[in-house]
Amino acid sequence: MDFDLTEEQRLLKESVDRFIADRYDFESRKGFIAEPDGYSRENWRQFAELGLLAVPFAEEHGGIGGGAVETMIVMEAFGRGIVVEPYLSTVILGGGLLRHGASEAQQAELLPKVAAGELTLAFAQVERGSRYDLHDVSTTAKKDGEGFVLNGEKGVVLHGDSADKLLVTARTGGSQRDRKGIGLFLVDAKAPGVSRRGYPTQDGMRGAEITFDNVRVGPEGVIGNPEGALPVVERVVDEAIAALCAEAIGVMDRMRELTVDYMKTRKQFGVPIGSFQVLQHRAADMVVMIEQARSMAFYATMMSAADDPAERSHAVSAAKVQIGRSGRFVGQQAIQLHGGVGVTQEYSVGHYFKRMTMIDTAFGDADHHLSRVAEAGGLFKAA
Amino acid sequence: MDLRFTPEENAFREEVRAFFRDNLDPKLREKLVAGRHFTKQELVDWTRTLNRHGWGVPHWPVEYGGTGWDPVRQYIFLEELQAFPAPAPLAFGVNMVGPVIYTFGNEAQKKHFLPRIANLDDWWCQGFSEPGSGSDLASLKTRAVRDGDHYVVNGQKTWTTLAQHADWIFCLVRTDPTAKKQEGISFLLIDMKTPGITVRPIELLDGGHEVNEVFFDDVKVPVENLVGQENKGWDYAKFLLGNERTNIARVGVSKERLRRIRELASIERIGEEPMIRNPRFREKLAAAEIELKALEMTQLRVIAAERTREKGKPDPASSVLKIKGSEIQQMTTELLLDVVGPYALPYVPEPEGEDAPLSNEPPIGPDWAASVAPTYFNWRKVSIYGGSNEIQRQIIAKAILGL
Repeated sequence: MDFDLTEEQRLLKESVDRFIADRYDFESRKGFIAEPDGYSRENWRQFAELGLLAVPFAEEHGGIGGGAVETMIVMEAFGRGIVVEPYLSTVILGGGLLRHGASEAQQAELLPKVAAGELTLAFAQVERGSRYDLHDVSTTAKKDGEGFVLNGEKGVVLHGDSADKLLVTARTGGSQRDRKGIGLFLVDAKAPGVSRRGYPTQDGMRGAEITFDNVRVGPEGVIGNPEGALPVVERVVDEAIAALCAEAIGVMDRMRELTVDYMKTRKQFGVPIGSFQVLQHRAADMVVMIEQARSMAFYATMMSAADDPAERSHAVSAAKVQIGRSGRFVGQQAIQLHGGVGVTQEYSVGHYFKRMTMIDTAFGDADHHLSRVAEAGGLFKAA
Repeated sequence: MDLRFTPEENAFREEVRAFFRDNLDPKLREKLVAGRHFTKQELVDWTRTLNRHGWGVPHWPVEYGGTGWDPVRQYIFLEELQAFPAPAPLAFGVNMVGPVIYTFGNEAQKKHFLPRIANLDDWWCQGFSEPGSGSDLASLKTRAVRDGDHYVVNGQKTWTTLAQHADWIFCLVRTDPTAKKQEGISFLLIDMKTPGITVRPIELLDGGHEVNEVFFDDVKVPVENLVGQENKGWDYAKFLLGNERTNIARVGVSKERLRRIRELASIERIGEEPMIRNPRFREKLAAAEIELKALEMTQLRVIAAERTREKGKPDPASSVLKIKGSEIQQMTTELLLDVVGPYALPYVPEPEGEDAPLSNEPPIGPDWAASVAPTYFNWRKVSIYGGSNEIQRQIIAKAILGL
């Protein structure tokens, strides 16, 4: 039992924290969002230089062989800056699907490009009506010689409008909600038959609705077993949830700092509003909720690498519940304690609030994950 | 960072569990599971069993009888004790006055009192709160006036837990009424047999006799029973309260209760199905488990930080533990109330006194029902004692947020 970082982890933390503190202030972020892809290509190059894009990959694939703790360090820092670059999409989701699902040849071909910042990815998984069920897939993949032909529609594909390649879940067999018969396919975003409708998201990023109309995928684009990709998808989504939990901690910490600073400087009735006990207690409750969330972010980080899939997913679900509950409470208090200025676009706290709100809806909100833990028979059954 | 317990730590947990299994009277365990109270003699016997094994005061320095376990092993021991469940050694001795004596007391006090605390030869109670001094503890008025080789104590303490059993009471008394309120307080050890002390019971909502009022009427206390320096008592009290708060999360207690709730909810039915299959109930239970898991991790983080923290300085994060720990404990009492349903209603008083036989009457409703509502009523106390949750929020606002 130890919560200490290794020397390498400490250095990674210093470097990414410094980057966010120096280069990712709120005004600069507005500029990044205004760029053509909705994020800064220059930042992406810097991430590559700092080794951030290489974090989870093996050394022979151009990576630095980091684990869940390294990812946590990066994501927490990104939360403090509400980073809009496609790190989750490309490195955690796309990179994760390749790392856990792809053949050695595919990994050797693709991962070094991801690590070098030359290839961006997006995960096309959600469908209209599938909500948070990863096994609810209607998009079809029909066998066609050595490859497949994809037809269907995917929605809210994070960074789907700018990604170079898409990782798409599609059904090769069974019916809409069967666990078996789901394949994973790597599709060039500009391939014939792919049409993308990009849009801004509520939290300053980009998303896309994507249609696949007789899109041909060669054997080199089939990732893993085309009838049995769901376990890999579930594993990677659990890792992504753990990463989101870490990001949420950065977001919540920043909301708390902004709020407490404001309470110390904003004066009403001739005194700083932070001298009012009713407000002090709200701020104290924010601390309680953040510390509980931080604890569960650590727990998710540790358990996202567990060998047993059931144990892993229950733990990650439990963390997502806590993050959702804490995030909503902390965000709402942060806005309330700021008063009117908290509801303006001009001031930063509301943007953290928006990101926090969307983290809850990513890969299952608190209610969704609570019912998963409840159905599984709770957290302490094997005590 | 590795948040798993090591194989050695897991083996230690097994060793502790095995000791409890082999040495605790199963009838006493059943009593605890059922939410009934144990007698003074039962706690004395159990404390001596632990003490004979060298586990009477594990967290004390080795020279005074401690085990030398690191903070993680201390935590594992405590969690297993609570989760087994086995009776916890009397906190007023081993967690409160003991550490004050070995930290601030003189050699004679250490030599005399510490072994007697570890063996529960002396039953201690706590004389802090007064009718006019609850959250504002430093405003206390009980006076101690120096008269030659003794103090004369006059005043009243209240909420004195188990004073009816006590041999000794440690008291905060005012020795300098002219000083600033925190600076005129001293820490006195008082023999409960001294003439002039009267103990009067206070009945709590559950009908139980757990707390008392203690009156001091010209009580003569030898000066050698002063701990540390005169008028420095507030510092020792803060030290004591900081120690109290690290144990206050009571993760093991809540774990055991949630386990029990899950077990009983698979017996009780809603319509055709066991309660545990009811989606609304099981989600409430799962939500409590998640909060408890988070609290456990928070507790472990505080313990890990202890290694690097200045000794004797309370961690303001322990206020987080107090707030969440008490909320979760109370949540478990509400869940059990949900499970028992209509059989929460009958009031069946627990037999009083040391050797009162259990009633031969058959139970009314399920045999575990009688303690459910009383525990719910009684446990409203946990967010009030040990520094109310509102006081904890003040500590967080001041010490963590700088407001």
